Parts: sequence; structure tokens; C-alpha cells
Amino acid sequence: MLDFPLWKKVSLWVITIAAMLAAVPSIYIATGGEWPDALPQPTVNLGLDLAGGSHLLLEADADAVAEQRLENMEEAVRSAMRRAEPRIRIGDVSTADGRLSFMLDDVADIDRARAILEPMMQGQNLVREWDLSVVDTQRIVLTPTQSGIDNAVNDAMESATEVVRRRIDELGTREPTIIRQGDTRIVVQVPGLEDPQALKDLLGKTAQLEFRLVDEAALPQNVQAGIAPPGSEIFPYAEGTPFEGSSVAVKRLGGIRGDSLTGAQAGVNPENNQNVVNIQFDQQGGQKFAVLSTQNVGKQFAIILDRKVLSTPVFQEPILGGAAQISGTFTAESANELAIQLRSGALPVPLTVIEERTVSAELGQDSIERGLLAMLVGSLAVIALMIATYGRFGVYATVALIINVLILLGIMAVLNTTLTLPGIAGFVLTIGAAVDANVLINERIREERKRGRRVVAAVENGYREASRAIYDANITNFIAGVLLFLFGTGPVRGFAVVLVIGLFTSVFTAVTLTRMWVADWLRAKRPSDINV
Amino acid sequence: MKLLKLVPENTNIKFLKLRVPFFVVSVLLIVLSWAAVFTQGLNYGVDFAGGQEVRLTFEQREEAPVGELRQLVAGLGYGSPVVQEFGAPNVVSIRVPLPEEVEDTPGAATEIGNQVINTIAEQYPGVRTDGNETVSGKVAGEFRQDAVIALLLAMLGVAMYIWIRFEWQFGVGGLFALFHDVSLTLGMFAVFQLEFSLQIIAAILAIIGYSLNDTIVVYDRIRENLKKFRKMPLPELLDLSVNETLARTIMTSLTLLVALLPLLLFGPASLFGMVAAITLGIFIGTYSSIYMAAPLLIWMGVNSDSFVPQESAADIQEKKARGQV
Repeated sequence: MLDFPLWKKVSLWVITIAAMLAAVPSIYIATGGEWPDALPQPTVNLGLDLAGGSHLLLEADADAVAEQRLENMEEAVRSAMRRAEPRIRIGDVSTADGRLSFMLDDVADIDRARAILEPMMQGQNLVREWDLSVVDTQRIVLTPTQSGIDNAVNDAMESATEVVRRRIDELGTREPTIIRQGDTRIVVQVPGLEDPQALKDLLGKTAQLEFRLVDEAALPQNVQAGIAPPGSEIFPYAEGTPFEGSSVAVKRLGGIRGDSLTGAQAGVNPENNQNVVNIQFDQQGGQKFAVLSTQNVGKQFAIILDRKVLSTPVFQEPILGGAAQISGTFTAESANELAIQLRSGALPVPLTVIEERTVSAELGQDSIERGLLAMLVGSLAVIALMIATYGRFGVYATVALIINVLILLGIMAVLNTTLTLPGIAGFVLTIGAAVDANVLINERIREERKRGRRVVAAVENGYREASRAIYDANITNFIAGVLLFLFGTGPVRGFAVVLVIGLFTSVFTAVTLTRMWVADWLRAKRPSDINV
Repeated sequence: MKLLKLVPENTNIKFLKLRVPFFVVSVLLIVLSWAAVFTQGLNYGVDFAGGQEVRLTFEQREEAPVGELRQLVAGLGYGSPVVQEFGAPNVVSIRVPLPEEVEDTPGAATEIGNQVINTIAEQYPGVRTDGNETVSGKVAGEFRQDAVIALLLAMLGVAMYIWIRFEWQFGVGGLFALFHDVSLTLGMFAVFQLEFSLQIIAAILAIIGYSLNDTIVVYDRIRENLKKFRKMPLPELLDLSVNETLARTIMTSLTLLVALLPLLLFGPASLFGMVAAITLGIFIGTYSSIYMAAPLLIWMGVNSDSFVPQESAADIQEKKARGQV
């Protein structure tokens, strides 16, 4: 038990010192220092609750993806039928219950229609994305398959994550974390953020921009009653515009989507001093826009953002340069916000903030200071109590305790884990576990001495007998900690991480290191009695 | 140097003499706790109820206008907010639960949160927002579910280990002691309507961890004594084991309390609930190791044969040869 060969001693010290060294950068930075880049830098990350910053959990509306996909399919089917030679005539297309169905005007077309549609039902990698069936001999029904929807949601989430990253990069904050989580969620963490509202505003819009012709033939009373003429749709004016509360009818077809933009900047219209957003189309989009504006000079068109009308200007002249201006009721900020959103691309699916946690940097700093002070005072009290109770053995326990805290920090730094507020409570519990181990050992040595064993035998027995209980207690806590980490969320995890690492370090320092020191002392001094 | 001795040597306190009344009281407390949880309900914080909590510092004032804030926020029409001082007189926490009708609307919580912050910022220009937590109904529901699963699994996993390392009776005893600790803590939160959040779950976990430590130390000693004193009646043996480990129990509890007290007195305000729960749990955990975990062993029929290695045929033959049988 008390036998420590040289190699064992050396390796114990190497491990101890290496782990303690790993804690140095974290401590140095915590005291306000600037750790040089040239040196290796394992550091403990501070959770947002300590460092200050914003944590947002965004969720995508999977139903919206499915709906969008249905709309796209509707367009694809229409144009495929139109392009067929000879043209296949179809009746109204309905998209009820997430399915798409339409009637063929002529039953004889059924096999041709099938042959055209069948390849469109297949996705990439031969995954079947739609099921096609024929009802009542001439009605074709397209039903999306689950794997088709899953693929679409997955694609949408991947590009949404990319768009979110581009938008946040525009904020110029340092080291944001953007991670996809689960099927439909994105976690955004921005340390040290001052204005979470700006972040939420920026992510709150999908920014799908459309230019569509206004249906000038629509009767105003019908439009206000929500009845659209055939081939048109009704869109409300956006909030804050002069016509807020009323709606406008726009043509379904022949519009341009804003996904072919190459740039967007906020600016001011020199004529009326209004805030505007200047946009540039890519070549294809520019050509489309040129054709649209040339054919419709003098007519009204609607600038639509996220299915709300910003304004309805008139094409004064053909717009040929591929550049356009979005007017509306912008402030300098909202114009800039929209410009960023358009630049970084439209979100393929709306995202909603379903969890937000923001902590100001001041509060974070305050929490750290108070937490550290409390830990310092607590540790001093524990040290005083240990030394008063166990004398020399208490000193060993104390040194082990300090090394324990340093090693724990060092390992957390190497593993790059995050220290949160509940993690500090985990720290306290770890100190408790380490103290308990030494208490168990020392009490046991006292008992063994009382029973009349000689010093070395008492110490040996003390360590051996107490170790059993220590291992059992720590393994049970380890099991609990691992389960908590696997099944817990947020603060529970932050707590579990410290607890689990702390179990190892506290057993190592409280049992192994102190035993080595005690053994050295016993060998050197050969005391006939010990004061414990 | 004269060393401190917290517990006199050779204590012989008859802990288990009163095991029946104590056990009855404890079971009663467990039942009452659950009754309170089910009738009063837990006062869920935003983590579990959904809604929003904002922390504000009124930099230009000595004291936050708590009454006015309550009225102002209630005026928004989302039910009655909880406005309380938080750490300092000019710091408040305002909690607005999520109204039932928007529980399933994903963005509702954030929207209400923005409204609360904007309304207050308009009325009190000098106010600083220190923190804001907004949790939607869906996420809150997931947190509730995750917390329950994590707690149950942790308790079961631990009981399994004790069963394997000791005997099934010890597994049951340990599990029951944990159940006691968790029940009483929950009961306490229900009766006093203290805010119950994810951090409190972390606290309950710490309590479970501590109580386990305690139970296992006592069990370990019981196992040892069962091997050593084969003829001793079980109640007496349990008393002996508890007494032998008493010094350790007191010393460990005391050091933990000494470490926790500063956190309680001047640690971060946001840790207060959690640390208070852990502090309380130290007492509950120690008590349950003695009065729940130990007597159950008597009633489940643990005896000294539990841990004696089965004698091998060779041993028996040898004994026969020596004429000992």
C-alpha cells in the first residue's frame, strides 16, 4: 500500500505537474492577462451565463417547407403539361391536405401525362420523393413521401444555417457559434453581444423578395373583401407603410424572385431623401427584369417582401442595367437590415426564436467575481477546519485539494469544456468529494490507531479500508453524472461535466497523491506515533 | 498540537431504537410532499413553464420601483408578473409566465419578452437590461421531460450499481433513500412555492450525489461489520456501523456547509436558489442514510450470511478432518 517505486513517483508527479500547467493560461486570462498566441493555449471556455452574450435557439417551420415544395411542384406540373407536344390540357390544380391533384381534360392523355410526370417523382440517389396515383380514371394525385419531405427539410436547414451564418457575420461580432441541432433547429451563440434585439430582427425575416405586376383590373371592393380575380393573389401592405391595413391584388405569373441578387446596399434617394435599398441582379435576373419593365412601362408593380407589399411604384421606363431600388418606409436602420438580409440570401424557411438567454457582460463579470470570492472564502474555511482536525494529515489533504482544483481546471482546459454557473456548484461538490475522501481516510487511520495498530499498519489499513468506500461512492456518482450528461440539457450538462471530471481528479489527488506524501514522510521520519 | 475532535470517541447512540417512529414520519413526509406537488403544483420558472424572465438594474435609483413595475407589466395583459428584488435593492427580476392560449405558438414567448423590455425601457430610460431568458412552451415541455428522464435514469443506474456491488437489499435501500431525498426536496419547493428551474434540478442531482456518498459509506461499514461480527443482532450492528462512521459524517457535512455558506451569503444571486437547495439537501441526505437506508435492511432480512464467501468443499473437508464440525 505504501510502496512507491521510483517510476511510479516520477509518473505521478509528471501527470500532476502537466495537468496543473494546463490550467495556467485559463488562470492568467481570468486575472486579466493576455496569453501570447505563440504558446499553446488550452483554455476553459466560459459559458454565456458567465461571459455574457446571447444564446438563441431557432426553429424552422417544417410545414412551411412542405408547403413551399408543394407550390413548386404545382408550377413544375403546369409548365410540364404546357410544354408537352401536343399540350396536355388540365383543369384546376388543387393543393389540399398537402397533396396535389388535378383533372385531365382528356382521358386519352393519361399515359402521356404519367410518362412525363414519373421522372419528376424521383429525387436524388433514386429516392422516391412523390407517389403518383390515378383516381377516377382521369384525376392524377401526387402525394409527397416522408423521405421526400425529410430531404427537403434537411436541404432547407442546411442552407438556412448558412444564411444565418452570413447574416450574423455582418454584425461583426467575435466568434459566433452556429450549429444545427436535431432536424429543425439551429443554435446560435454570440458571446459578448450588446444588442440581442438587432440579432433577432436580423434573423426574424426570411427576406424573400418578389417583384410582381399589380392586377390593375381587380375591383377595389373585391380586393378589400379578399376576393382575387382569376390568375391573381391578394397581398396585404406591410406594417408601417402608408397603406397599412389594406391589400393589393398582384398577378400570379410573370414576376421575378429576389434569389438572383448579387448585391444589396442601403442608400438614400437624393430626390426625396427617402431611405432605400439598392439592389443588383445577376445577369439572368437582370435580363428578366429588363424584359418585365420594358413590356410594362407605365404599369404598376408591387415590391413584395415575405408576402407583404412594401410599395407599388410604376415602371417609368425600361430598367436595363440590372440594378433596381426598393422603396418603402424605411429608417436608416431598417434599410440596412434589409440590405444585409438580401445580401446574405433569403432563408428557405422561416425561423422562430423558441429560446433566448441573454446575459450582459457586466452581470457575467459580476457572477464570476462573486463566485470566485465565495469559493476562495469557502476553501480557506475548509482548509482551516481540515488542518485543525487532522494536523499534518490535514495539511496533506489541503495541498491535495489545491492541486485538485488546478488539475480539474487544467483537464477542463485541455478538453476545451465550458464552465457555466451551475458548473461552479459542481466545483463545490467536487471539493466536497475530495474532502470527504480524506476525511474517510483520516478517520479510518484514527480508528486503526485506537485499536492499537502500529503507525505504518494503521496508515496502510486506513487507506485500504477507506478506499473501498471512496471508490464505491465515486463510481455511483460517476454513473449518475454520465447519465445526466447524456440525458440532461443546458445547466444540468454543465454541472455533470464538472462533476464527472472532478470525480477522477478528486480520487487521484485525495487518495493517490496524499498516500505518496504520507509514505515518503513515514519512510523518512519513521515516527512511533502520529497525531491524527 | 491538540487536534479538534468534533465527535467524542466511542459514541454509542442508539439511532435505530426509534427507527419505526422515524420511518413512519418519513413515509408520511414523502406522502405529504407528493400530495403538495400534485395539489399545489411546483412554481415553475421560465425553464419549465415557458415565458420570460428579465433582470434589470435601475442605475440611477437606490431602489427599484417594484410596485410600479408590477402594474406596468400587468397592464400588458399577460397575467400577473412576479416582480422581485434580486441581489440588490435596485436590481429586479421580472417573470412573466406564458399565457396558456399561446403555449403552442413558437415565437410567442420572445414577442412577449420584447414587449416587456421595450415597455419598461420607455418608461424608465435609465434602466439596464442585465439578462433576459425567454423559453417557448415547446422547449419548456422538452426541458420538463428531459429533467424527469435524467433524474429517473440517474437514480436507477445508481441503484443497479449498489445492487451489483452489495446485495439487492442494499440497492432497494439506497434507491428508497434517494427517493426520500428527491420527494422531500420537491415537497419543500411545492409547499413554499419556491421557483423551480433547471438549476434546481442540478441541485437535486448534487443532493442525490451527496446522499449517495453518505449511504454508501454507511453501507460499506455495515458490510464490513456483517463479515466481522457474525453473531451480532442486525439492529445493534447497524447502530455500531452508524456510530463508527459518525465522525466522518459530521466532519464531511460540516466542511461542505462551510464551503457552501459563502456561496449562499455572497455568491452570485442567480446561484442562491440552487445553493440553498443543496445546503438543505445535506441535512435531508444525512438523515435518510441513517433512518431510511439502514432500517430497510432489517426489514428486508439482511443477515450475516449475505457477505460471507461460500465455503468451498475443500474447506469443509479440512474442517471435518480437524474435527471442527
